[in-house]
Amino acid sequence: MRVKVPYDRVVRWVETFAATIAENKEYLTDLDSAIGDADHGINMDRGMRAALAKLDGQPPGDVGAMLKAVGMALVSSVGGAGGPLYGTLFLQLGTATAGKSEIDADDWLAALTAAVVGVQARGKAEPNDKTMVDALLPARDALEEAIAEGESFPDALRRSAQAAEQGMKATIPLVARKGRASYLGERSAGHQDPGATSSYLLLKTAADTWSDG
Amino acid sequence: MKKLINDPADVVREELLGIAAAHPDLVSVHFDPNYVVRADAPVKGKVALVSGGGSGHEPMHGGFVGVGMLDAACPGEVFTSPTPDQMQAASKAVDGGVGVVHIVKNYTGDIMNFDMAAELCRAEGAEVEAVIVDDDVAVQDSLYTAGRRGVGTTVLMEKIAGAAAQEGRSLKEVADVCREVNAGGRSMGMALTSCTVPAAGKPTFELGEDEMEIGIGIHGEPGRERMKLKPVHDIVEMMATAVVEDFPLKKGDRVLAFVNGMGGTPMIELYVVFNELQRFLSGRGIEITRNLIGSYITSLDMAGCSITLLKLNDDFVRLWDAPVKTAGLRWGV
Repeated sequence: MRVKVPYDRVVRWVETFAATIAENKEYLTDLDSAIGDADHGINMDRGMRAALAKLDGQPPGDVGAMLKAVGMALVSSVGGAGGPLYGTLFLQLGTATAGKSEIDADDWLAALTAAVVGVQARGKAEPNDKTMVDALLPARDALEEAIAEGESFPDALRRSAQAAEQGMKATIPLVARKGRASYLGERSAGHQDPGATSSYLLLKTAADTWSDG
Repeated sequence: MKKLINDPADVVREELLGIAAAHPDLVSVHFDPNYVVRADAPVKGKVALVSGGGSGHEPMHGGFVGVGMLDAACPGEVFTSPTPDQMQAASKAVDGGVGVVHIVKNYTGDIMNFDMAAELCRAEGAEVEAVIVDDDVAVQDSLYTAGRRGVGTTVLMEKIAGAAAQEGRSLKEVADVCREVNAGGRSMGMALTSCTVPAAGKPTFELGEDEMEIGIGIHGEPGRERMKLKPVHDIVEMMATAVVEDFPLKKGDRVLAFVNGMGGTPMIELYVVFNELQRFLSGRGIEITRNLIGSYITSLDMAGCSITLLKLNDDFVRLWDAPVKTAGLRWGV
């Protein structure tokens, strides 16, 4: 039997991600202080609060519409680079799941693929530029691989999150080539990328909220 | 953190309330989404200039809204670019029917948000030209960076293009003036201290009592190099050399020299910097035809300065001298 994640549980993921961002607000901002402009945690927290407020007025049942509402809230409240990038990510997730009341592993793979493509098109980042793409792309690839190997949706989600974590940690030695960190040149090496870190949290919370029970 | 704020979350809103209360003759302020527009906007038949960026750089940009400069400014959160819906609403509010120029500083976030805003404006049938400021010689312009940052030249562009729009030039002509100013402007900044973002509550980086950071931007991001503090003579020589040689400027060139304070540096020091700059440039046969000295594009409470040189032509001089009436710059009126 195929495991499906119902609408309510997708909402719970968004709520858990918002709570996790709130808990890690200072951590993300500290990472950003080292190589950026010290606002990533603050901005993401403001954006996810705005997204939660939008969810309250959302007609229940349509995963795609809900995720698009999150994306629009992020675009209009975050600013910086995080707003257009995370906004695009959620808008793409929403477009790919439009009209669905539940999602399975293939739905999630299609949605995550569209999201990564969208983020790359908006930010023009390639792998190893030391950006959120370095967590998202390996997570997408690992998800595809796990599904192809016949793993269950929960196990595939865990592998995807593990790949995101490895990708996030692998940003530490990289020299940034995109975003504000690129101004530092060699001095950006030795620091973990804040965007890759929040992207890891996004995928970790999906694995945590969708694979228990 | 010692700051004159009530709550870090309210600082941008309360600043805008202060601007609205102080300058009702010059501007009106709109909230949710936040933007500042000329009191008489939209001006029919005039190309509109819209700029925007994070807050914390005051008087840029809200202080430059008024006759002869910007039609609208969109303030984001502190050091965070404004959002597309803000820029679209501001553009709509000032569009006089002959097009809107978006002045965008070259930062990843600003570029992406203004891109999305231009898409929204065009979808509604508005004519929008975006121009990018990227004048910071401290950043290598290569495939491996986000490109040069937009810094001091932004202020000069907003004044000069504002005058060009005021005298009735077309959308393309005003955008071309912006691009010419960008091509003719170069900047370099330095910091004596970091700055403290209100919501973060602590300095963005640490500098020792005897250290300075060379090649900083305007967001408390670390610069190109950290070194022992030197006399201002040596500091200005180092910064001005980098700027002059990037053009390169030659004997007989005329420039507008802009010595800018980063927010925490007193005028007395900026004049000392200007004196050193004047000596340096005259030694190379470069003439300072116009100057601007003061804190116009700041980085909250950072101590330090930036030097911007704009290579002048007769058109730029005339547009620079044209009347301007804003909270931050005012002459000829």
